[in-house]
Order: sequence, then structure tokens, then C-alpha cells
Amino acid sequence: MNSQTFNKLTPYMFMAPAVIIMAIALLYPLGYMVYGSFRDWDPSQSISETEFVGFKNYITLFFDPAFRESLSVTLIFAFTVVIAEMVIGVGLALLLDRNIRGMSVLRTLFILPMMIAPVVVGLMWRYMYHPTVGTFNRTLKSWGFEGVDWLGQHALLSVIIADIWQWTPFIFILALAALQSLPRSALEAARIDGATGWQQIIYIKLPLMMPVLIVTALLRLIDAFKVLEVILVMTEGGPGLSTEIVALRISRTATEFRELGTAAAMSNYLLILLLFFTLAMFAFTRLQEARAARLARQVQEEG
Amino acid sequence: MEHDRQNPAFYALLVALIFMAVGPIFLMFVNSFKLDVDIIGGTSGLLFLPTIQNYETALCDILWYEPDHIDFCSLKFGGAFINSLIIALISTFLTLVIGCMAAYALVRFRFMGRDTASLTTLMVRMVPPAVLLVPVFGLWNNEFCLDRDGLIGGWIRDTFGGRGDVCLAGTHSGIILVYVAMNLPFVIWILQSFIVQVPRSLEEAARVDGAGPFQVFFRVVLPLIKPGLAAAAIFTFRIAWNEYLLASALSDRNTKTVPILIVNNMSEFNVEWGVIMATGMLLAIPPIIFTLFASRQIITGMTAGAVKG
Repeated sequence: MNSQTFNKLTPYMFMAPAVIIMAIALLYPLGYMVYGSFRDWDPSQSISETEFVGFKNYITLFFDPAFRESLSVTLIFAFTVVIAEMVIGVGLALLLDRNIRGMSVLRTLFILPMMIAPVVVGLMWRYMYHPTVGTFNRTLKSWGFEGVDWLGQHALLSVIIADIWQWTPFIFILALAALQSLPRSALEAARIDGATGWQQIIYIKLPLMMPVLIVTALLRLIDAFKVLEVILVMTEGGPGLSTEIVALRISRTATEFRELGTAAAMSNYLLILLLFFTLAMFAFTRLQEARAARLARQVQEEG
Repeated sequence: MEHDRQNPAFYALLVALIFMAVGPIFLMFVNSFKLDVDIIGGTSGLLFLPTIQNYETALCDILWYEPDHIDFCSLKFGGAFINSLIIALISTFLTLVIGCMAAYALVRFRFMGRDTASLTTLMVRMVPPAVLLVPVFGLWNNEFCLDRDGLIGGWIRDTFGGRGDVCLAGTHSGIILVYVAMNLPFVIWILQSFIVQVPRSLEEAARVDGAGPFQVFFRVVLPLIKPGLAAAAIFTFRIAWNEYLLASALSDRNTKTVPILIVNNMSEFNVEWGVIMATGMLLAIPPIIFTLFASRQIITGMTAGAVKG
């Protein structure tokens, strides 16, 4: 082997392990799922024994009130948590963007909630929401109020609160990083021109942070569709279907109802939805890069 | 560095925030040292007699002595903990090695199929575990099997026992394979932004000195992207350590991981809060330790992942 071919093969040798693993355990399963979603598929059968049913699974799902319900629960959950987390996280970042002692300790403590297992998060919150021994109701009662039926009547709200607790720090840290990398000159100029704190935030800080914030929100939105364990541990999708997000429904359809074909079709719907958001994020970053490049070129031409 | 003085309300807000962030974790920590009687009976606050009984119950299968209060060791936490450890460590290691090689190739070389590879990586990053559940369950149980009459399958069956075909489902490697595949896109993506920053001149100098591509990679590039590797390692470990859904679909009695154990015990009618909190605490300890010692790397990794996306 001469050195020329060696150099040409190098990138392929570096890529090969990753490509092989992802092809076997990611792309092939996805293709398998698409294939399976057109079949009437029971867990005890291997896929070659199954019957081809066309779009039956998709159509049944489309008119299935339970699936629609869980789809709308998922959308409500995802958008509510993302909006709430963005507002709280960015607000806190604006508030805490100061030169204070112990900021790094603060950030360390803030990232604890998202590092621990979702299963454990669900467990902690299930305890705190417990109708009689839970922290919230005990506190409410000791103050003389009625206890609240957290995981019963207000299950979706309770689940949303737990997610906000876990993931607001993510937004906070990204927003803080974005704030601290803003050009100091712009802020300085605004201060000299006599802009108040609010004016600085609305006219300078927020518009400059916007690109990062939009990417953060989209990332978080995609992740919000993956939340499963917290809800599983806290409510198991109940009461009724009130907190049964699509991910949970997929797992129940596959394991409890033993309808793999339907579960595969459901996964496909979820995948298409997420694909849409991913493409939006992709398009947005491309647009941003193009704009930055154009601006840089303009500056160069003028200078 | 000079620190600004802030008004007291600001510090009050900080204290409230810290309390909110850490409070639930602290509550679990405290409760894991309480007897169930104390948790349910409502002796709230810190006035209680701490006991390690819950931890003894949880860890009964690997303790060297037999605690008095346990008649029968039903909770096999120790075994699950070891399973979790094996799966998380091996999959993190494999993901990092394979991932940084791929990231290096994507950043430094122009080759046919590079754009396809990079676009595919970006796209599959959003695939949730729930979507992989059905196909992975089907494939690992039915297709990724060694025939019982085949050479290797027959050998494995003769050596380790069992009937029928030997499949990936129910083995450590089955779970590790899916975790590696699931984490690879993220690791590749995050490491790209670190590798871009390595000055090309260093690599060229090494090449002029006669180093081959693999030497350049392992001797020059890898040491320079250590912070990125640390961040990627923590994120991969966190996912592999905490994941429940795919592990529950793929594991059998002997390869259960800790999250499965906790969920199974939670769904019982009568929850033993003390023991459950102790198991939860044990599961949470490794990530907490990582966070306390490497928060800087975690934050760098997080911002590199999102801001440079």
C-alpha cells in the first residue's frame, strides 16, 4: 500500500466505526420501524410472518380519540414548559448577570436538577405531591389551607411544574452565557446615551441574544418531546389519559396492548413532528450564518 | 476581581433560588435516612433519629453482614447497580472513542459522503428513545440473533446454557450497542466544535515530523481537546446511567439496571418511601459527584452544544 492511497482512506477509517454502529443500531431500526408500521405486527411474531395492511395503522390512529388526546397532551406539555422555562430562565439570567461572588457555585447548584436521573426526579416529586404525606400538602395544611389534589385533578400542571424545575436551569445557563458574550461596546454606548435598565434589556440585550435564544428554545422543544420517565414515575399517564404523552402511549401500546404495528406508526407520527422542528432549527442556523457572513462582507467592503 | 455590592433583596432572591433548586434533592437525602414510620407519621423537619436501615435494605444482596431487620432480601439493588455501572462505563468509553474519531474526520478531511454523514448525524440527534423502542425491541429479540445450530451460537449456548437462539436482547452488549448508537450523534456534534479550535499548524508540524494520521490524532489532537472529551463523557454517562425505557425493553432478570428497579418498586401498591428514596439517592450520587467536580466542563459542553449548533 503506498502512502497516497493511505491518505485517501484515512477519513473513511476514522468514520467507519461510527458509521457501522449508527447504521446497525439507529438507521436500520428506523427503517425497520417504517416497514413495520405498514404491518399487523404482534410481539410474538417475527416480521416476515406479519401481514401487510397498508396505511391501516396510520388511518386508525388518525381517527383514534385516545391518540389524539395524547397528541394534544404532548403538544400542550411541550409548548407550556418551553414558554415557561424561556420566560423564567431568561428573566433570571438578566437579573443575575452581575458581578457577584460565588456565581460559579450558584451555577453548579443550578445544574444539579438536570443531571440526576429523570426516574429520581419523578420519584422526588411524586413524594412531594403525595396527598397526605407529601411536602406541599403538609405545608398547606399547617398554614390552615385545604390540601390540593396535585396528581389527581391537576396532574398535567403538576407534571409541568416538575419539568420546569428540572430544565429551567438549562435555559438560564445558556442565556447567561449568551448575555456575557454580548459586545460590551453596544451596552456601554447605550448607557452613555442614558438608556434605562429596561430600555437596555428590550432594545439591546434581547435582540442581540435572540439567535441563541431561538436555537435554545428549539433544542428544548425537541427535548420536551422526549420526556417520559418523569411522567411515568409520577402519574403513569393517569388519571385517565390526562398526562399520557405520546412517548408513554407508544411504550404502552407496544408492551401492554401488544400492537407493535400501531406503536410503530405512532412513533412515525412523532418522528415526523420532530423532524419538522429539527428542520426549522437547521434552516434557522443556516439563515443566521448567511446573514453574519453578509454583514462581515459588508464591513470589509466599507473598511 | 472586584465584586459589586448588591441590595439585600437580591441576596434573598438568590437564597430562594438555591433553596428551590436543591430543596427537593435535600429532602430526598433526608428522607432516605428516615424510617417509614417517621416519613408517614409526620415528624417533619430535621428532628428524627437518622438510620441507615433503608440503605441496608436496598443493598442487602452485596452486604457482607446480614442486617437484623431484613428477613428476606427481595430488592436486588447491588446487582442492578453493578449492571448499571458496567453498561454506563463501557458505553461511555466506546461512544467517546468512536465519536471523536468520526468528529475528527468530519472536521479535518474533505471526502466523498462527508456532507451526507454530517447531515445524517445532525438529523438523528432528535430521535427520542421512545421511537427506537419498537424497532429495537423487535430487532434485538428476533433478528440480531445467532442461530442455535450455528457455530458461535451453538458454542455460546453450550457454554452458558439457555435454549433456542442466542439474541442480543437480555445481554449487556445489547443495551450497550443501542446506547452507543443513541449517544454518538450528540458526541460527534459537540466534539466537532472543540476540534475546530485545534490549530492546524500543530498537526502539520507533527505530520512533517513523520507521524501517521492515527499518531497525529491520538498524540496531538486528543490531548488538546480534553475539556471537550470531559464534557462529552459526562453527558454520555449521564444518559446511559439514567436511561430507563430502552433498558427496560432489552434487559432480562440478570441485566436489570437501577432505573428499572426503581420504577418497578414505585408501581407497587404500597410504596416503601424510605427504601425507594435510598435507592434513588444511590442512583443520583454519581451524577451529583460529577456535577460538583466538573461543573465547568459541563457548562462549557452545554454552551458549545447549543450556541455553536
